[in-house]
Amino acid sequence: MIEKRMNKTARAYTTLVFIFLYLPIAVLILFSFNQSKSRNVFTGFTLDWYKQLFHNEMIIKALGVTLLVAAVSSIIATILGTAAAVGIRSMHKFSRTIIMNCTYTPVVNPEIVTGVSMLLLFVAMRTAFAAFGLEFEMGLGTLIIAHITFNVPYVILSVSPKLRQMDKNLYEAALDLGCSPVQAFFKVVIPEIMPGITTGFLMALTYSIDDFVISYFTSGTAQTLPIAVYSMTRRKVSPEINALSAILFVVVLSILLIMNYRDIRGEKQLAKERRI
Amino acid sequence: MINKKARIAGVPYVIWMVVFIVAPLCMVAWYAFTDKSGQFTIDNISSIGQYAPVFARSIWLALIATVICLLLAFPLSYLISRMSGARQSLMIMLIMLPMWMNFLLRTYAWMTLLENNGLINRFLGLFGLGPFQMINTQGAVVLGMVYNYLPFMILPLYSIMTKIDDSIINAAKDLGANMWQVTWRVIIPLAMPGITTGITMVFVPSISTFIISRMLGGGGNILIGDLIEMQFLGNTYNPHLGSAMALVLMVIVLLCMSIANQFDDEEMEGMLL
Repeated sequence: MIEKRMNKTARAYTTLVFIFLYLPIAVLILFSFNQSKSRNVFTGFTLDWYKQLFHNEMIIKALGVTLLVAAVSSIIATILGTAAAVGIRSMHKFSRTIIMNCTYTPVVNPEIVTGVSMLLLFVAMRTAFAAFGLEFEMGLGTLIIAHITFNVPYVILSVSPKLRQMDKNLYEAALDLGCSPVQAFFKVVIPEIMPGITTGFLMALTYSIDDFVISYFTSGTAQTLPIAVYSMTRRKVSPEINALSAILFVVVLSILLIMNYRDIRGEKQLAKERRI
Repeated sequence: MINKKARIAGVPYVIWMVVFIVAPLCMVAWYAFTDKSGQFTIDNISSIGQYAPVFARSIWLALIATVICLLLAFPLSYLISRMSGARQSLMIMLIMLPMWMNFLLRTYAWMTLLENNGLINRFLGLFGLGPFQMINTQGAVVLGMVYNYLPFMILPLYSIMTKIDDSIINAAKDLGANMWQVTWRVIIPLAMPGITTGITMVFVPSISTFIISRMLGGGGNILIGDLIEMQFLGNTYNPHLGSAMALVLMVIVLLCMSIANQFDDEEMEGMLL
């Protein structure tokens, strides 16, 4: 009896938290189909805001910048970070500790501190470059540098455990069998740590697409999607934001569903293999 | 793997790290302790005293948001951790899904709900209640923090609670412990590393936010983050004062984290999820 009542309370509680999490998003999506500009009264169904969104040059351009910055910065961060993880692993304990502590800094520091610190650096660089008659403006370049900087730690932190778990003898066996160190690295070490590299890359990509605070301080004239959204929420109310949220929600939902589906399928496969 | 040549692979990153992580932080410290002409001064730090109410408000609101997140997340994480495997991953996916939407959009959603003639007030109006002033209050800011950072509390709690064996809880029950005793003396001590990770992961972004307070709190509820932003990009341009504030914010965060670290030492693993 008590168990049953407990179960009911538990279910009700779980439902309430999920309503809290999803109600605002549901309302946001609902009003993307609203005919009038009102955020509160639903007057009729329309897809006009979606049409307007696709003709909004600021948004389209910002989307392009976001994807470009995310792709470039996460690829560079993955290469830099993987190399760093390998290098750090073969260092002495003392220098390793120092480097790892510095690597943790952007992860644990408030984003706003990372943002303003890089802003200070870029302003100083502009002054320094001007002294040599060179031009240095904040924009796409500084945005990519900033994104690489906050992405590399995530790559290192996801590759390092894989390196630690790797069987050291594999690398030496490859050398014994006649591989050069470089060959052994690319043919043995890289495939072994690939899951960590992929995780790091995906984390970098998502953090980069989602970032607002650090981009806000380092973007200069360039505008990423989150920055465009911010300027839209400040200026005037427009259901285009709702339409954009709806599209993003569907994209994210389908990515997660596909990933989850693959997970489940993978688990089934594993279970089958184990039975065999 | 220990070979000297492999160290070369780390060199590009070390250079990158020194230029783009270490040097900028040193510049923050340098700016904080100098004036416009580059002379050493502690005026920036000491003038922060004027902004004590803003700092107090930031700490206070972030603390409330953290406590609410913990109270909401603890039972939920426990319930999810006791579900069957397939349902667990579905639930966790549902919790992570809103996290993947940009936080600006999530906060914007609450703006429309909390407005004076927003949906919540209209709904209450049906019962003859209100309208209540909800937006531009401290409560709205706390709500925004809780809504945005609740998953950061649920995920570490959940991942530590899945490791708690059912038989331990059953053993406690068999030995005569009631529900509260099981919670206080078995589950909470075992979940401690997750609790401290969750607390830091909610407290740090809450105390340093500057958008949530601006969108939901109006002009009257500015936080440390807003003050810092105004010194760098706003009309009260003063990077020296801004750096001093950023430095103080860093110290507060480090203090908070070292207090949390007193309770466990596994923090970093959980931090990465």
